[in-house]
Amino acid sequence: MEAFEILLTASFWVAAIRIASPLIFATMGELICERAGVLNLGIEGIMTVGAFAGWFTVYAGGDLWFGVLVAALAGGLFGLLHGFLTVPLGLSQHVTGIGITLLATSITYFSYRLLLPEVTSPPKIEPFQALAIPVLSDIPVIGPALFNQTPLTYLAFVLVALVAWIFYRTPIGLALRAVGENPSAVEAQGISVTAMRMGAVVVGSALMAVGGAFLTMSAFNSFFFEMINGRGWVCIALVVFGSWRPGKALAGAILFAAFDAYQVRLQQVTGGVVPYQVFLMMPYVLSILALIAVARRASYPKALMIPYQKGER
Amino acid sequence: MRLEPKKSPSLAGTILYPLGAIVATLVVTSLLVLIAGASPFNVFYLVFKGAAGSQFAMIETLTRATPLIFTGLAIAVAFRARLWNIGAEAQLYIGAVTTVVLGTGALPLPAPILAPILIAAAMLAGALLLLGPAFLKIRFGVDEVVTTLLLNFIVLLFVSMLLEGVLKDPMGLGWPQSQRVIADAQLPRLIAGKRLHYGFVLALAAAALTWFIVKKSVLGYEMRAVGHNPQAAGFAGIPVRAVLIKTALLSGGLAALAGYSEVAGLKGSLTLDLSPGFGYTGIVVAMLAMLNPLGVVASAIFVAGIFVGADAMSRATGVPSYIAQVMVAVALLTMVTAIMLSRYRLRWK
Repeated sequence: MEAFEILLTASFWVAAIRIASPLIFATMGELICERAGVLNLGIEGIMTVGAFAGWFTVYAGGDLWFGVLVAALAGGLFGLLHGFLTVPLGLSQHVTGIGITLLATSITYFSYRLLLPEVTSPPKIEPFQALAIPVLSDIPVIGPALFNQTPLTYLAFVLVALVAWIFYRTPIGLALRAVGENPSAVEAQGISVTAMRMGAVVVGSALMAVGGAFLTMSAFNSFFFEMINGRGWVCIALVVFGSWRPGKALAGAILFAAFDAYQVRLQQVTGGVVPYQVFLMMPYVLSILALIAVARRASYPKALMIPYQKGER
Repeated sequence: MRLEPKKSPSLAGTILYPLGAIVATLVVTSLLVLIAGASPFNVFYLVFKGAAGSQFAMIETLTRATPLIFTGLAIAVAFRARLWNIGAEAQLYIGAVTTVVLGTGALPLPAPILAPILIAAAMLAGALLLLGPAFLKIRFGVDEVVTTLLLNFIVLLFVSMLLEGVLKDPMGLGWPQSQRVIADAQLPRLIAGKRLHYGFVLALAAAALTWFIVKKSVLGYEMRAVGHNPQAAGFAGIPVRAVLIKTALLSGGLAALAGYSEVAGLKGSLTLDLSPGFGYTGIVVAMLAMLNPLGVVASAIFVAGIFVGADAMSRATGVPSYIAQVMVAVALLTMVTAIMLSRYRLRWK
């Protein structure tokens, strides 16, 4: 009974939406890349870079929003590298992506040790504060969960709407989707496939980095090593689970986050009978199960992971 | 910009481009060293000295290379068939768990009998772990990259659970570590009093055997064909699914040997920091070796040397030792670019 009552508490839903926010940014980022035909396994490392770059900017005296911008730029830079290696050069997207993750993570850790050599406990910043929306935040349960969050969380939801609008209502969105399905047709329209794909990877990577920055600037207030902890890989699973659609991916992210918030609370209810590692495992297990569940009807973008060569069919 | 395949890769190109990759790696690393306020020449000299400048350094490098040879081989085998096994880290830990479960006294056998049993059991455990993702890929089309990556986290939590539960050493002063394996389960040291152990010999044997399988056996040919073009391979009568399953078993087994060798040869017991990412570094090792099993031995020693040397360098200069990870990642990216450039010509138009 207690296990069920958790679902009715406001604090549970507040936590779920908070946990979902970084996943939403990063999942949208990955979704944009993959819709254009480029798998971006750099996501885990790019989120690490974003988490550090945004946090350090604020720690060094920058404004919070300036920190978000720096995180996005840092992510975009690694996206540019991933895009250059996989789009014009056509290198294996798997190998390059893993390489980008290794590079981005190690450069972040190197920078951390270089910039903060003396610290034993990670220094803290003043993170984004919750911003209550008048009237709406007074609704029971839903109010605090949806309308009393930090500005970055609101931005995450706006982002999903924006991505969906661009995808399905604008010419550039149509071109982007077509680039991932049938690049030759796009090229025949006089649009550069290379430019579209590069643009998608840079923008997508910037969003992943903002997702990472959410962790250090909104959810927590300092940077830890290995704090991304597989969230990037979970987002790759969420893109598949959401059938490469922004709305479905959002639903997937919230579902996943709710599950994550639930397992933490369930852990307290069960009071140590079950080892805590079992609960911590559940989100990863859930991701794999979700992939199996949708595998039959998964419709990959047809040109995903296929390098495009002009004039080749 | 477009790519045109070269008719036949020139010998000069095959040598010059990888050389260019090494130079590019050194340049990028030098920039970071300069930012850190040290002299690149001094840093590279100290890394080299720390990796190969003394008998102690060389033994340390070969000891560190041992698990990397196993994980590098595991990745090389899998990537040849385009089975994207990013889960060598998990397979390593499962191999280590198996070694500890059977090697701490459950099987009171003499060493000559116990060692082969432990090796076989560890390989079997690793093989079965990768069989899951391979099966999901074949049966449901679930991308093995994501499943193997997620399994790394699941297995590490599983190991943490065991080390705080059934496998916890009662004499371990509360630390999450296992009991030590019995003397008969240990791999002897190659040189008395030094850290290098027979795991290194086992790694060399595994490399030779893998080379034979990959280059000389029917399975090796089939793996290459499946990796090159699964549709065409299937059309030519190659049992694609069976080949992928065999590849997964071999790859998972090889990665698990890294865990066996680290426990039985070096550490004696299992802790959560048994592997500082050997499974992920194995990807770099395999790519630098262009997926050649014998090349894996050389590249594993090279990469291990960078890590060992960087530790020594960092103690002397204060440049963060993470420079080694940066160097290895840059080497991976520049090397795959170099391999591509030696096979294709860039045309700007």
